[in-house]
Amino acid sequence: MTAFEFAEGYSAYLLLVVLFAIGLYGMMMKQNLIKKIMGMSIVQSSVILFFIVSAYKDDATVSVIDYARGVTNPDLYLNPLPHTLMLTAIVVAVVTLGVSFALVIMIYKRFKTLHEPTLRELMK
Amino acid sequence: MNEVNRDLLLRRHMEGPIVSPIVHVCCRGLAPFIQITGLYVFFHGHYSPGGGFQGGVLLAASIIMLRMSLGLADSQRIMPNRLPIPLAALGALIYAGTGLLAMLWGGSYLDYSFLPLPMLDPAMLRYVGILVIELGVTICVMSTLISIYDNLLGS
Amino acid sequence: MKAIHILVLASFAALLMVAAVHLPRRGDPNSPANRAENVLKGPVAGAYYIQNAYLDAKTPNMVTVILADYRGFDTLGETVVVFAGGVACLYLLRRRTS
Repeated sequence: MTAFEFAEGYSAYLLLVVLFAIGLYGMMMKQNLIKKIMGMSIVQSSVILFFIVSAYKDDATVSVIDYARGVTNPDLYLNPLPHTLMLTAIVVAVVTLGVSFALVIMIYKRFKTLHEPTLRELMK
Repeated sequence: MNEVNRDLLLRRHMEGPIVSPIVHVCCRGLAPFIQITGLYVFFHGHYSPGGGFQGGVLLAASIIMLRMSLGLADSQRIMPNRLPIPLAALGALIYAGTGLLAMLWGGSYLDYSFLPLPMLDPAMLRYVGILVIELGVTICVMSTLISIYDNLLGS
Repeated sequence: MKAIHILVLASFAALLMVAAVHLPRRGDPNSPANRAENVLKGPVAGAYYIQNAYLDAKTPNMVTVILADYRGFDTLGETVVVFAGGVACLYLLRRRTS
């Protein structure tokens, strides 16, 4: 395998691993709860993009029937299963974001801070 | 800027009408087109990328845009504050009820080819069943997003 | 303490990269998920959906057919999750009258 083929086949996966690590960095190291939620959102995006990238096929078209191509040869269409799964995952991600913001608002109302070590002190 | 002033400014931005006439007219003029696009995306989900989730999000976006520009009080007529949660329950109920209807007419749960519509072959029954449950998903997603926005705003 | 966190993070990212390089390459038509039949000569989900979606539901968009028909129960659960999220937001944030 030449270097060009390697870059063509795996660069997307490697970039998404980097995106995942950036989100995980936000969740682990940042001490503000809003920044932690941003990290969680980045991790979700990277996983969703990972599934979408894995659905790609060479020389294939979107998974809506093209009557000129027919349906007998599945190599002519993208794999529709990851697209479907990620469609539901995106909506659930939005609702998760809403609920987490609601929790953050309640925490701020009660403790007047979102700094995690301070919160841990206050909750003792 | 002290605390009271900032709170006042924030409240004027989030609840009261924005005074700029450009924002007002643009948002009111744009909202019907976004709603038409949302309905198109929902009904055309069988033939092109689209469907219940995307159409519901577009409809919710138009109403949230009206909430942001006109203020909470003036946008009550298009979507009252108490309506979204019962609507979301109705959407989920349409979905579950379609599945239950197919089960009562002798199929398994969510098997649309047993829906009680005469004169249609099983494939067309599935086509109709998909449209009905996409309607339920659209209503549920739209009203849930509006409800989350309202609650985050009112807190 | 911070150095340990960064070390753990870097080693985890390296592990994921090694795993990613061992996946089938992007766009490979013969990868296990894109093949038409598996090692036991049975059908594979993606190819089965492509070949049968239009015949089963007369709907050209395969994603819609999978979402609403083949995996309808999954979408039902997901709709209930969306509704539950909305209700959770309502009960967390409503104005308490007392």
